[in-house]
Amino acid sequence: MAGNREFLNRRLHSLLGVIPVSLFLVQHLVVNSFATRGEESFNAASHFMESLPFRYFLEIFIIFLPLLFHAIYGLYIAFTAKNNVSRYGFFRNWMFMLQRVSGVITLIFVAWHVWETRLAAAFGAEVNFQMMANILDNPFMLVFYIVGVISAVFHLANGLWSFAVSWGITISPRSQQISTYVTMVIFVALSIIGLRAIFAFV
Amino acid sequence: MAEQKTVRFIISRQDSPDSAPYQEEFELPYRPNMNVISALMEIRRNPVTAQGKKTTPISWDMNCLEEVCGACSMIINGKPRQSCSAIIDQLEQPVRLEPMRTFPVIRDLQVDRSRMFDSLKKVKAWIPIDGTYDLGPGPRMPETKRQWAYELSKCMTCGVCLEACPNVNSKSDFIGPQPLSQVRLFNAHPTGAMNKAERLETIMGDGGLANCGNSQNCVQSCPKGIPLTTSIAALNRDTAIQSFKNFFGSDQI
Ligand code: HEM
Ligand code: SF4
Ligand code: FES
Repeated sequence: MAGNREFLNRRLHSLLGVIPVSLFLVQHLVVNSFATRGEESFNAASHFMESLPFRYFLEIFIIFLPLLFHAIYGLYIAFTAKNNVSRYGFFRNWMFMLQRVSGVITLIFVAWHVWETRLAAAFGAEVNFQMMANILDNPFMLVFYIVGVISAVFHLANGLWSFAVSWGITISPRSQQISTYVTMVIFVALSIIGLRAIFAFV
Repeated sequence: MAEQKTVRFIISRQDSPDSAPYQEEFELPYRPNMNVISALMEIRRNPVTAQGKKTTPISWDMNCLEEVCGACSMIINGKPRQSCSAIIDQLEQPVRLEPMRTFPVIRDLQVDRSRMFDSLKKVKAWIPIDGTYDLGPGPRMPETKRQWAYELSKCMTCGVCLEACPNVNSKSDFIGPQPLSQVRLFNAHPTGAMNKAERLETIMGDGGLANCGNSQNCVQSCPKGIPLTTSIAALNRDTAIQSFKNFFGSDQI
């Protein structure tokens, strides 16, 4: 029935946020961490990723389309909310607002990042350690990358919390409390992984 | 004893559903144990503003005067709550009153809460037992479950949870937490469970359950302490299962 569209879209949005988008993000941060082992290691790892078989298929169906759907529908969700943390300053309401703000920041960051790296590669540039080192040489870009990575990782971690609620995995207040602790540990851990990789280039 | 203690009010007023709101100030002599409603009644008796201007009595809704009907909800010092249980001694002054603008304002502090009653009809928030013949006694409910269900049944359709929800607004069709928790209540009843799938299908429609974004303001704000977010998460599970059943088919009816 046509009346079921919204439910389907919301559940698809939620599912795609975790599988594959979150999985891809974790994978991406892990591969970037090769940078902490030196230029050689990073270039080898990024070359390996670039030369995966079925590269375009993987990029389109594991990264691009799911992210595009999640981002566009996410914008719609974010802008139908009327945030009210000034009147209702509860912890979860702040997280609700931050989930939307971090989504928008992540979108801006990812769009720029894809333009600067993947699309540049499509136009013939070579994506390697030197390219990232050049980008992050600029203090403004360094700050932009730090903010972008932290917001993406926060969005992922807090998104896992709401994913567990959206699918009825965590129901009781206590299970939701524990899942808050677990997802915040994930946030800190992934932030460290992401920031270590960034600082390996500077 | 010479100086008379007074209470100051800043009240948002609106003459008709479409006219612009404005504010008026009132100053009343203090009486022990007064609450917002007794103050509004005092103003009704003598509708003169703090500046001495004669004005119209303020319009508001009320019924039970003991926080069980939900009719008297309004925003008191920034928080949506019942005016009949808002004790002046416990409020900061000046006391600011506004209508819950999530609902259509009829006049002054009076709002139209029909959307919540319409939602209750939509989700069939009752137990259908009427028939052409006597169906006999229904199955018994375990006492522990009855006590649990009683908590959900305390909802007085006051609208505070809709007012607090960031996803209930003019840009969205979200029905809000109140009818959702009632679906959980009636689906939990042994006889009500006969219409379980129907209720789930309804809240899987547009404007339904999926609009919840987990700000959890509702459960923090509900004056009856109803575990709204627990109900919502439980319904998320029930509707996930229901959608799989709908898609793949099921031998469970
Ligand atoms: C790095 C990329 C991203 C990842 C890993 C990611 C992951 C997630 C996850 C796991 C959720 C939880 C789903 C749920 O609530 O059930 C989520 C929710 C959300 N995402 Fe994303 N997301 C990403 C990018 C974006 C972008 C670009 C936007 C655009 C604004 C966005 C907007 C949203 C919104 C608004 C929600 C909240 C949905 C709700 O609470 O109902 N996300 N995201
Ligand atoms: S659930 Fe609570 S806040 Fe919402 S309408 Fe019922 S009593 Fe009011
Ligand atoms: S008059 Fe019934 S709740 Fe206040």
